[in-house]
Amino acid sequence: MASESGPKKLTPKERMKIPRQSMPAEDPNTRRHDFHEVNLGFTTALAVKEAQRCIECKKPGCIQGCPVHVHIREFVALVAEERFEEAAQIIKQDNSLPAICGRVCPQEEQCEHLCVLGKKGDPVAIGHLERFVADWERNGGGLMTVQRPEPTGKRVAVVGSGPAGLSCATDLVKQGHVVTVFEALHELGGVLVYGIPEFRLPKEIVHAEIRQLEKLGVEFQTNVVIGQTVTIDELFGEEGFDAVFLGVGAGLPRFLNVPGENLVGVYSSNEFLTRVNLMKAYCQDSDTPVIDLEGRNVAVFGAGNTAMDAVRTALRLGAKTARIIYRRSADEMPARKEEIHHAKEEGVEFVLLHRPLEFVGDAERRLRHVRLQQMELGPPDDSGRRRPVPIEGNETTLDIDLAVVAIGNEANPMIQKSSPEIEHTKWGTIQADDETCRTSRRGVFAGGDIVTGGATVILAMGAGRRAAASIDEYLRTGAWEAEPDVEAANADSNADANAGVKAAE
Amino acid sequence: MFPILEARSLAPDVVYFRIEAPRIARKRRAGQFVILRVKDGGERIPLTIADSDPDEGWIALIVQGVGKTTKMLNALTAGDTIADVAGPLGEPSHIENFGTAVSIGGGVGAAIAYPTAVALKDAGNEVISILGGRTRELVILENEMREICDEVLTTTDDGSYGIHGRVTDPLAEMIRSGRKIDFVLAIGPIPMMKAVAETTRPHGIRTVVSLNPIMVDGTGMCGGCRVTIGDETKFACVDGPEFDAHLVDFDTLSARNRAYLDFEHHRLEQYEHRHGAGEGLFPDPEKRDAETHDPETHDPEGCHLARRIRALKDEAERTEPQNATSTPGTSASRPEE
Ligand SMILES: Cc1cc2nc3c(=O)[nH]c(=O)nc-3n(C[C@H](O)[C@H](O)[C@H](O)COP(=O)(O)OP(=O)(O)OC[C@H]3O[C@@H](n4cnc5c(N)ncnc54)[C@H](O)[C@@H]3O)c2cc1C
Ligand code: FES
Repeated sequence: MASESGPKKLTPKERMKIPRQSMPAEDPNTRRHDFHEVNLGFTTALAVKEAQRCIECKKPGCIQGCPVHVHIREFVALVAEERFEEAAQIIKQDNSLPAICGRVCPQEEQCEHLCVLGKKGDPVAIGHLERFVADWERNGGGLMTVQRPEPTGKRVAVVGSGPAGLSCATDLVKQGHVVTVFEALHELGGVLVYGIPEFRLPKEIVHAEIRQLEKLGVEFQTNVVIGQTVTIDELFGEEGFDAVFLGVGAGLPRFLNVPGENLVGVYSSNEFLTRVNLMKAYCQDSDTPVIDLEGRNVAVFGAGNTAMDAVRTALRLGAKTARIIYRRSADEMPARKEEIHHAKEEGVEFVLLHRPLEFVGDAERRLRHVRLQQMELGPPDDSGRRRPVPIEGNETTLDIDLAVVAIGNEANPMIQKSSPEIEHTKWGTIQADDETCRTSRRGVFAGGDIVTGGATVILAMGAGRRAAASIDEYLRTGAWEAEPDVEAANADSNADANAGVKAAE
Repeated sequence: MFPILEARSLAPDVVYFRIEAPRIARKRRAGQFVILRVKDGGERIPLTIADSDPDEGWIALIVQGVGKTTKMLNALTAGDTIADVAGPLGEPSHIENFGTAVSIGGGVGAAIAYPTAVALKDAGNEVISILGGRTRELVILENEMREICDEVLTTTDDGSYGIHGRVTDPLAEMIRSGRKIDFVLAIGPIPMMKAVAETTRPHGIRTVVSLNPIMVDGTGMCGGCRVTIGDETKFACVDGPEFDAHLVDFDTLSARNRAYLDFEHHRLEQYEHRHGAGEGLFPDPEKRDAETHDPETHDPEGCHLARRIRALKDEAERTEPQNATSTPGTSASRPEE
């Protein structure tokens, strides 16, 4: 624990003079061959120095920029005073997964985007500080006391163990409800374990969060596919639950719909990343194969976080060339800036303004090359970005051995198929009220990617927490408004679904 | 952890398992499958549920040891546990009274097609079963099939038993002789299913195959199991596994199933090497086979499946035929082509 006095207070002028501290990272030339985490994290000295840059605005924009309104100014001030444990408590009031969000949130579009320092120079590295505090706490700096609250006797089923489900379970168990999390896969964590690679989010961090939840008393059941193994009716019936939260994510890969897409050597990003991350195909002794990439040419279609994860994974599996192929220009790439930067450092090539026309294979139906159409930017489309249009006659062919399609996910229809009484939008997402997370079925709540379409960890986590508050209220009062505000929900999910599309493409 | 209640050899390296899985047993309908992982660090493989008992809370799987994972599984015995079993997955089979139905099973596909025959019979069909194998000892569950089907034909590639030839030979012969066939279900290796499709296509006989692409999650999340059906792409794990045989692009499926052949061979060699050296985690399957399997009379008399099918048949005789309880499926794991 730091001394109460901490380092001496600096004047705003002194603070403004400190340059943004950069995140120590593994050397690009070594890291492109291994799966170790790229960012090494701030040292205490770096963290304190970076925190001192914050001028503690009266009306901090950063908090507005944070989807869950973490008390950023307060926690950063505490870091500057080396009061890390208190800083951790402040963050945890609003964010139950800070070690994860500190690593994967698109801070440059959120908190850091609205940091006043960013107007003239570099914003405070809020994400890096969040990560520092969370890691400090996880590594034993803080003593997380587990207090069992007064039991309410109510039972809640949380379906899906991604960020939405985990955060919902955290709050519910703290409110004294009995919580069981059902997960279809054999491992817990959702996209955090099957999608986002080890080099960006070490799985140990996710496991630690889950162990913490187990300590709080949350029960986890893997290998239970809700809708198949157990239906929602049965959750309320023989399984005896009083409420259900659906945090099942957006697990349905989108494909390009071009000829040759079913050749051997064309993966969805979900398949490629699941093989490598969840099934550990990068480890020598894994029984799950992934197409051998040693000395091969890989093309990843799309430019979101998923695409960056896939292309950097391909490099680490020994690919000779690893390319991003994107139909728009660099400005429109939706991935986090840091991921694009890291990818470039590691030697990823960017083929911008190109769209695939056809995958071509050999007699064995193995992928050999892709035909590409060159594009240029036309007038803006619905998403506000300039629409890519083909330049007639400008086609090229690229030799590739593996193609990864990373153009986003849609809602998996499994719940819709088995519980048609739960209203869905025309995009297949579950219709749920933005504030209360209530669906059209009494006692059933939903949040995260299954409501918004593919979005972000922080949005899913925020939804999980709003749902927990709403479930708690429902369980205490038994009141279920006749109908959720369908129109408002509709408008919201439209906007969000579009946001999801933007994030993906 | 899912405990194994019974493990019994049906043929060389074909093992019948009864596994405790009450939730899956309660839900499972004909044609559905599970995804399992034998142990931590293992791969996820799909296996069709051959049978189940909702009251006793078990499911049955029939597994042909073709790769490391299936061999590792086949080395397990009663009392051992399986790390992960998720299901039931996929769409159940569509069973109705078609008239005359031919159920064709190749290799281990035969064992799994077996309960389908019961379901088809219970639905009022005249059922003809064709069982094929490379050689005599790979033709399995023939006696049971005889008990429930109107007619059973067997074929072997090497002529060691039954008709010397392929399953399509008697099928083509029936069609040629003008016998009315309303429905064909074919389960087995891809070339066999393709050949059946080509045999029935010119005659417009409704034909269904149960596809066995490589899967990962089995929930529609990865798209690895995608198959080309007509001009559409379908995910076999959620849209299938059964599809109209005349629309299936078997060549693409076959190519996709061969994507990791080298890796699979390598893993199998490693496994067998270690296994031979006696370092294996698992009991010696050959010894177990020797105890429970007599190739001459490999009639699985004591096999729970056989007993259950017989009980079903009795029940069917006693009650109305419509409450069909039974089962079809894909071939266990990916049988060699
Ligand atoms: C490769 C990749 C990289 C990403 N990178 C970032 C990033 O850097 N920053 C960021 O903010 N966001 C990122 N995202 C998006 C982010 O991961 C998701 O928005 C977030 O995980 C959604 O959380 P969720 O809880 O709604 O769903 P998920 O994380 O998808 O979890 C849903 C869980 O439910 C389970 N499930 C599904 N159906 C059932 C069922 N019927 N029964 C039981 N369980 C079921 C699934 O198996 C899964 O475990 C990335 C996504 C991907 C794919
Ligand atoms: S196995 Fe992954 S989608 Fe079918």
